[in-house]
Amino acid sequence: MNIASVEEAKKDKAYHKALTELLYQLADDDFIIAFRGSEWLGLAPHIEEDVAFSSINQDTMGHAAMFYRLLEDLGEGDMDALAHARNAKDRVNAVVLELVNGPGNYLKEPKYDWAFAVVRHFFYTQAKKLKMESLKNSTYEPLKHVAIKVNMELYYHLLHWRTWFTQLCQANGDAKSRMMAAVDKVLADFGGVLSLGPDAALISQFGLMEGEEMLRQRFIQTMTDIFEKVDFPPFENKLGMKNGDGRKGEHTKDLEDAILTLGEVYNSNPAAVW
Amino acid sequence: MTDNIKLKRVWEQLQSVKDPEIDSVSVVELGMVEDIILDERNVTINMLPTFMGCPALDIIKKNIEKEIGNLAIFEHIEVVFIYEPPWTSDRISEEGREKLKEFGIAPPPKLDKDGEWHVDCPYCGSTYTTIDNIFGPTACRSILYCKGCKNPFEAMKPISTMM
Repeated sequence: MNIASVEEAKKDKAYHKALTELLYQLADDDFIIAFRGSEWLGLAPHIEEDVAFSSINQDTMGHAAMFYRLLEDLGEGDMDALAHARNAKDRVNAVVLELVNGPGNYLKEPKYDWAFAVVRHFFYTQAKKLKMESLKNSTYEPLKHVAIKVNMELYYHLLHWRTWFTQLCQANGDAKSRMMAAVDKVLADFGGVLSLGPDAALISQFGLMEGEEMLRQRFIQTMTDIFEKVDFPPFENKLGMKNGDGRKGEHTKDLEDAILTLGEVYNSNPAAVW
Repeated sequence: MTDNIKLKRVWEQLQSVKDPEIDSVSVVELGMVEDIILDERNVTINMLPTFMGCPALDIIKKNIEKEIGNLAIFEHIEVVFIYEPPWTSDRISEEGREKLKEFGIAPPPKLDKDGEWHVDCPYCGSTYTTIDNIFGPTACRSILYCKGCKNPFEAMKPISTMM
């Protein structure tokens, strides 16, 4: 099967529903993790990291914009509104991506945890890489083309986070124990990233993307290899959804606060062209 | 005016649309122009974005509309960003590579068979360089340092479907 256009995708209601559901997941995931990343601006451990991290966030926001654009093309509404004006309960991002970076905020005493940032971004980028590899064979052609493009850029993101992860896991001092704690915290909610939500079966049946079990297996295999390499205790499959299933619209207060902040400028005049 | 002449004029005019962040290099030399489609008195220009998060894309689009508008031969001008084929750094022309160097940016290196790459200094040509940061001031650039002439410099990242 190959669906080349919006019109074709709309012919089959079930296909259209599964496709939009998947696109919302991809868009909302990238959008909120890019926002959390951008809150680190000026606070990263050193200046070169500030440059690199903000570049990655800008790029990731660009990926979110592409997925929102595909939704706009499918008649879901204006892409800026999709990004800024939807309530928390309508969003389907994985909960682990919305959690605050740490206590405080970027204006007042940010006590952000770099170990949490490295683990969250590394795990997320790795999972996203696996998804893009699979989406390169998607039955929806416009999505396939975007995935090929995203995948090339992701190469650099993954290289970056894998380097941080490897080095901190092998460092002395409190680095190792902090990384272990961050791994536990991220894994407790990381099941959400690897979930394709209530329409998971349809998404794989229609060949939009491979099934979530395949995605989980590949993720576990990749992490098992890396944990072994950095001399960490063996990777345990503790993938959970401790703080809720974001794919079903379950979210924390962290997301509501984030939407208020990130929508401030947009909501001041939704009709403005920036 | 025949279609061939129109096409020629459009390609020539696109030479004057520069990358807003590297103003010595045109979008043609960067390999961003995929296709120019004429239809009666209308023209559609299909463009390939370099990086998707690049904030310069909107500016490039507006500049193309303005420049092609100046030709005064079309009623309607449409600039569309497409993703197939994906832009790769080997699309940059030889002229483009030379002009990047003049701007102080090393052109994107070619990947060897293992996917490894190395960048020579755009100022002195020395091969004795180190990477300071794979990420630079814009999405498509990296920051390097030349131990030969002791200058910091930038390089365009290699982007390939092999990655």
